[in-house]
Formats: sequence, C-alpha cells, structure tokens
Amino acid sequence: MLFYLLRRVLYAIPIALAVGFVCFMLVQIAPGDPINAIVPPDAPADVVEQVRRDYGLDKPLAIQFVLWLGKVVQGDLGRSLATGRPVWADLRSAIGNTLMLAAFASGLGFLMGVVLGGLAGTFRGSIIDRAAVTTAVAGVSVPHYWLGMVLVVIFSVQLNVLPAMGAGPGGSDDWAWNWEHMKHLVLPAITLAVIPMGIVTRTVRGIVAEIMNQEFVTALRGKGLGGWGVFIHVVKNAAPNVLAVMGLQLGYLMGGSILVETVFSWPGTGLLLNSAIFQRDLPVLQGTILVLAMFFVMLNLFVDLIQTGLDPRIKRG
Amino acid sequence: MSTATTAAAAELAVQARQAASASDGYWKGVLRRVSRDPVTIACTLVLLLMFLAIVFAPLVAPHDPYQGSMIRRLRAIGTPNYPLGTDELGRDILTRLLYGGRLSWFMGIVPVALAFAVGTLLGVTAGFMGGRVNMLIMRVTDVFYAFPSVLLAVAISGALGAGIMNAILALTLVFVPPIIRVAESVTQGVRNLDFVDAARASGASGFTIVRVHVLGNVLGPIFIYATSQVSVCMILASGLSFLGLGTRPPEPEWGLMLNTLRTAIYVQPWVAVLPGVCIFITSICFNLVSDGLRQAMDVKG
Repeated sequence: MLFYLLRRVLYAIPIALAVGFVCFMLVQIAPGDPINAIVPPDAPADVVEQVRRDYGLDKPLAIQFVLWLGKVVQGDLGRSLATGRPVWADLRSAIGNTLMLAAFASGLGFLMGVVLGGLAGTFRGSIIDRAAVTTAVAGVSVPHYWLGMVLVVIFSVQLNVLPAMGAGPGGSDDWAWNWEHMKHLVLPAITLAVIPMGIVTRTVRGIVAEIMNQEFVTALRGKGLGGWGVFIHVVKNAAPNVLAVMGLQLGYLMGGSILVETVFSWPGTGLLLNSAIFQRDLPVLQGTILVLAMFFVMLNLFVDLIQTGLDPRIKRG
Repeated sequence: MSTATTAAAAELAVQARQAASASDGYWKGVLRRVSRDPVTIACTLVLLLMFLAIVFAPLVAPHDPYQGSMIRRLRAIGTPNYPLGTDELGRDILTRLLYGGRLSWFMGIVPVALAFAVGTLLGVTAGFMGGRVNMLIMRVTDVFYAFPSVLLAVAISGALGAGIMNAILALTLVFVPPIIRVAESVTQGVRNLDFVDAARASGASGFTIVRVHVLGNVLGPIFIYATSQVSVCMILASGLSFLGLGTRPPEPEWGLMLNTLRTAIYVQPWVAVLPGVCIFITSICFNLVSDGLRQAMDVKG
C-alpha cells in the first residue's frame, strides 16, 4: 500500500516535467520567431538581439527548456505582451474565480448526477431510468456554450431576473459572499454543471446497477435488512469510483471553462486565455495552460491517492 | 505437386467462403438488431437528412450565404422569404446554416477519422509488441492525458493561430491518445487468445498475425469508440470556432455563427441560438447512433 502510494507520487514527477515540456513547446510551434513572444514585433533590431541573448534563445532547445523551467519553478512565468504585467499576477486572481466557478459547477453536477444515476440504477428499466438516461445523453451532447446563451436569453433577456455577465455588480472584480455577487454565479455554474451531471449520472447508474446485482446485496436482503440499510452498503461500495470520476470532472471543468467564461465574461482563467488568444499574447497563453495542466496533474494524483485510501481492494502495482 | 497445390487452394477457398459467411451472419445480426431499435433508426434518418441537406446546400438553400444587406439585418424567425430570419449582416440564416453544416460536419468527423487511423496504428503496435515499444507509446500517451481535452485543443490551436487546418491538427492530437488507449487494451486482450498462439506456432510472422488475426477482432471496438467521439469532436470544433480559433469570417460555420450572433441576443434572441440547435441535434444523434451500434455489435466498454 505505502509502496504503491510512493510509486504513484514518484510517477507524477516525470508526467509533470513532460507536461511542462509540452507547454514550453507551445511557444516553439507558434508561427514566427519565439522571440516575438517576449518583445513586441516593432522593437528595434539591437534590442531584439539583446533580449535573445539575455533569454538564452540563441542556445539549443534543451538548454532553453532547462532555463525556462528554472524560472517557472521560481514562479516567473514571463510578462504579458499586451499589458507588460507579470503573467502570474494576472493569473492569481483569475485562478481563484475559475476554481470557485468549477467547484460550484461540479458540486451541482455531482448532486444531480448522483440523484439521477442512483434512481436510474435502482429502478432499472423504469420510466425514471429512461428519463435519467435521456437527460444524461442530452447533458453530454449539448454544446454548453450554447446552453449558456439560451439561459441568458431566458433568464436575463426575457425574464430579467439574473445578470448575463461579469462576477459582480457593475463589473467589479472584488468578490463578496452576498446575493448581489452570488447571482452572477448562478447561470455560469448551471451551464458548466451540465457536463459532469451527464457523466456522473451514467457512471452512478452503471455502478449502482452492478452492485445491486451482486450476491452480497441479496444476502443482506435475505438477512432482513431494509431498503435504507442496503442503501448504505451500496453507497460504501460505489463511493470510491464515483468520487474518482468527480475529482477528474473538477479538473476538466477548470480547463474546459474557457467557453463558458467567454459567454458570461466570467473573470477567470478562461477569459484570460480567450483574450490571450485574441491578442496573440503567447506568454499569457503558455502560463495559463501550464498552471491549469499542472493543477490537473496534481488533481489526478490526489484522486488516485484518495481512491486508494478509500478502497482497500486497490493494491495495484 | 500440382494436385497438392490445387487441393490446398480449394481448401483455402472453402475456408474463405466459410469466413465470409460467418462474417456475413454477424453483420446480418447487427443489421437485424439495429432495425429493431427505433431510436437508432430515427437518429440515423435525421443525420442522413442533414447530411443530404448540407451536401446539396447550393440546390436547397434559398439565398446566397455571403450576400448580406444592411436594410434587412436581424429579422425575426418567420419573416417572408427568410424563414429563419437574418443575421447581423442581413444574410439568410437558413442558407448559412445549410452551408455552415459542411464545415461543422467536416471538422467533427475528419479529426476523429485521422485519430482513428493514427491511434489504431500506434495502439495496436503498442498492444501487440509489448515491452519497450509499449512503454514508449503509452508513456507519451499519458502525457497528453494529463491535459483536459478542451485545454489541449485550445492550447495547440491557440499557439498555432486561427485556421481550419490548425484546428483539425489540434483536434486530431486531442483524440489520438484515448484511441491509443482503447486500441492497446483490446489488442492486449486478443494477443493472449489461443488462436493467436496457434498462428504463431504455425510459423506466421508478427505482421501476418496482426493483419489476419488481430485487426479483425480489434477494429470493431475501436471503431465504436471512435464514433462515440464524433459528437465530442463536433462540439469541441464548434467551440474552437466560437473562440475565433477555427473558421474565419465570413465563412459560415455553426460555432462561428453562434459567436457573431452573440451580440444579437438582446435583439433577436431566438435567431441567435439557432446554430447551437443544429450542433445539439447533430451531436445528440451521433451519440445515440453510436450507443445503438455499440449495443447491436455487442461491444462492451
């Protein structure tokens, strides 16, 4: 067990390094000279040469990667071409906003998915089952950025009950835990929750149906255990896998919220990425992708460790 | 000598005919099961109809997809001559939806098809060869798995810049790793079966074993998995266009139309969401057809 955990943690290191390398290569595969990611295109030639030497861009790729990695580890992600501010400064506030949105969305999706999937798995073949499966298919098939627009049309344009954009009244950046701010979170969170809802519903339905068919459930029933008692046993057996799926969904939402954040002008990493793409601000693009991908790697590791802790049957490796 | 050869040839022919009739029976069974599944049939019909409509868009469409007019901008649904209204530049929505489907479908299917080819090649190689080759391919795959798929697509096409080819390249890269994983695991399952051992014992080369014995057994599951990714790819491709990373204006494409119509949601909300309806219908139909096929082909996973 301990050996497995250690192995898993150690295995995350080469993965993280490789993810870093892919992010490093993003600037290299971009059309044009990578130097354009550091100096504005209209800089004088001698300045460009100076910067090229300072940044070590005249050195071989492998050495450049090591130099870049050294800076990243110290929290230096470069400077934005558009604003001249350090990338990390802009990222810090954006990550908080994205994490909040993703956490709410995955919580909501998880709740709905567990209820729908649990009902569907328990009453397999019934009308509830069919309704849940249909909802799940719709949830994974819907382009969520479009769903966001539809929700805006209904709740902001037609009913005028919820704000359509931003994270606070008048586009303020300071978050506060009151309804004035919270209502900005409602539509983006629902929109984003649709994907994990579909996936969790499918997963929970499958797992519950499988467990219900197992002999120990029949045995528990035979011993006279009521519905509630059996339910608790089913939950105990389903929890590790469901939690694993959910943990990964949080990561997917962190990385995948770019479209929803664009629709709702939610001031998170997605909006930052969107404007970086629009202005071809490669340092911001690279920094944001790197931080989000690293978060996902950590989350993967964390989910694996938790799952191993919860489920004594897992002794892989 | 010659009689021996003809006898062997005759036996081969018999075997081939048996194999053909066996596979014929299998596909007949699949067809029979699909024909009993109303949802799959309905979705297939919807997709077929849509496919014909977008292929024959120049014949079906009432207007020119690029010809706008400032005096008829953002008309409502049901306007005479413009049944689905007009967009922010006064172009007919129905026409642009028909033409736009071409690129949306293309960008939903082509990356998955490319990823199917590349992923099957690498996955079967990894699964069949095992050892170091497997290690190399699967560890590289792990790295791409460490990115959420949307993020990977946005990262690559964001770095490469806008354009259809860049978007297709980025999307292909997103779908190759999961297909490799599926291909590798099915191949490993088949590799250890008795008939592969028998073939190896009778002196068949690795390449022959893969071609004759492995591919036929693994292509089905991999194909089913790939079809389930078409709807994901279509949503993702439209999403890239929505971000301005795929198609460029004035080219009609559902995701891009959704983006440019976004400013119109306060004027003509129900016109503005129409391209999304098309993406949704296509994606849900592809999903349900893939589910139906999976059940009919009795492929697990």
